[in-house]
Amino acid sequence: MKSKKNRIKRSPGDRVTQVLIYIGAAAVAVVAVLPFLYIVGGSFATERELTEKPFLIIPTVFSTNAYKFIIEDGRILNGMKNSVIVTVIGTVLAMFFTTTFAYPLSKREFQGRSLVLNLVIVTMVFSGGMIPSFLLIKALGMLDSYAALTIPGALSAFNMVIMKNFFEGIPPELEEAAVMDGCSDVGVFRKIVLPLSKPALASIGLFYAVGLWNDYFGCMLYINTEAKQTAQLILRSIVLLAQGFDLSGNRLDFGANGNPPEQAVKLASTMVTVVPILLVYPFVQKHFTKGVMVGAVKG
Amino acid sequence: MSRKHKLPAAAAKVPFGVYFRRHWWLYLMLLPGALHFIVFKYVPISTLFIAFQDYNPFAGYFGSPFVGLKHFRNFFGGHDFMNLLKNTLAISFMNLVFYFPVPIFLALILNEIRHIHFKNAVQTMVYIPHFVSMVIVASITYTLLNEKTGIVNLIVEELTGKTLPFLSGPQYFRPIILIQSIWKETGWGMIVFLAALSGVDVELYDAAKVDGAGRWKQMWHITLPAIKGTIIVMLILRVGSILNTGYDQIYLMSNSLNRSVSDVFDTYVYRVGVGNGQYSFSTAVGLFKGIVGCIMVMGTNWIAKRCGESGIY
Repeated sequence: MKSKKNRIKRSPGDRVTQVLIYIGAAAVAVVAVLPFLYIVGGSFATERELTEKPFLIIPTVFSTNAYKFIIEDGRILNGMKNSVIVTVIGTVLAMFFTTTFAYPLSKREFQGRSLVLNLVIVTMVFSGGMIPSFLLIKALGMLDSYAALTIPGALSAFNMVIMKNFFEGIPPELEEAAVMDGCSDVGVFRKIVLPLSKPALASIGLFYAVGLWNDYFGCMLYINTEAKQTAQLILRSIVLLAQGFDLSGNRLDFGANGNPPEQAVKLASTMVTVVPILLVYPFVQKHFTKGVMVGAVKG
Repeated sequence: MSRKHKLPAAAAKVPFGVYFRRHWWLYLMLLPGALHFIVFKYVPISTLFIAFQDYNPFAGYFGSPFVGLKHFRNFFGGHDFMNLLKNTLAISFMNLVFYFPVPIFLALILNEIRHIHFKNAVQTMVYIPHFVSMVIVASITYTLLNEKTGIVNLIVEELTGKTLPFLSGPQYFRPIILIQSIWKETGWGMIVFLAALSGVDVELYDAAKVDGAGRWKQMWHITLPAIKGTIIVMLILRVGSILNTGYDQIYLMSNSLNRSVSDVFDTYVYRVGVGNGQYSFSTAVGLFKGIVGCIMVMGTNWIAKRCGESGIY
């Protein structure tokens, strides 16, 4: 009733503003997803339609040739297999390192807490940079192995702080009660703290998984063997080939009337690389604003 | 509540030995992460001294000769420096002026929307680009802007009769980078402002309405002050990373035709260091970048505190 009263009080100018706000928000949302729809449409178009006549999102001739090609070709599928391996191993490692490190630091009476936290925060402002890290990975013998893609990134200071803040929000009474019942510190962590932290675990797990899946630079830096390359790197070479460049950005020469032939294949490869993320996203996104990010801001 | 818990903890401040014996499990849990931080964060920081050496992998960290500030002199005196600085600052300032306000603006718009389902739907959609890799973003950009087949050039051709070389023309590089950043990160960048706004007491708005404050007055006197602190923190972080243009995006969008504007410190370190094997020289470049970043963060933080804000630490 109250809102009805407010609505009546609104001036015509204000109502126009309100309509504009809704239209504006809807337009922003459409712009955010439109490119994906274009890619979906294009991946089902014929090569001729892609290169010769314009169409909007829905192609006039429906074709699955591009997908047939990438299945037969096998490169991008092999890359996806590698990406799945890296993402799964990397996420499990990262969750182990992050939760075990964050839990002691979430206890206010933990001795040495502020020293450790300060040392962590220093690394958020200052880091060794690309070359010292590269030389370290090389010295550790991790070059050309998935260890280089999964282990160095397994503990992000930022995610650790979010996790710690979330643990701090768990009422200490619950933990104290478990201690009374004879639970050890690890028992409390496993039986009380982790089950209560599902929203944070889901969000941070997604952050790590997405980072690992999307990582392009790490793979380019550390993986040389083509059979070990992840989907992002293979997609990149497919895109560049379709664009007429080689991997280091120099123009390829296709001859006098040679068009790069792989537009539809490029779109289909883009599609299969993005789909895993779009599949997981809806299940986890509801946790984002609740709790986790709020905790990050307050911390 | 917090007072109740602080008191016993403060009263029962036990000696470290006693605490350790009682809670050694906690220290054991801390160990893997602590080792990780030492090996992958602090070892690289401690090997930064190779910036002052002529490091070669066969002589190792301790066998390579020290050369003092040679690499820094070569870098600042070399002809690459000014161009790198110009390109890096151009991209950073462009992002600061044109990208930085966009998430704030979008958060203010969403804050005005009262239909919760509509608001949730918009949020779900605008977050998606954040989770897509830069390789995908570059792929989409190439597809949309291709000179012969891209939809943008088809429209341009329809209107003007000719096509524009978006992907090879150096003059288009920076605007494309900016549009990519806005498209990819606006939604996600908005989340911290929405979180800050969720803490605002709704009664403030009702009281303002009773006092006859319109939409703009409410925004100016209630909404903006509520997110002012967050805006300042985000600004400090952005100014602090002024030499960090990010590696992936620039590298993925650069090619032999636009290198005059696409070469920035991050891509330069990679090309000279990993590509040419000039480890010491590129470490010096990286160290310069890191020190400037540190100074910028501390400087902006100091200014924010002088202006009565809480800053980041």
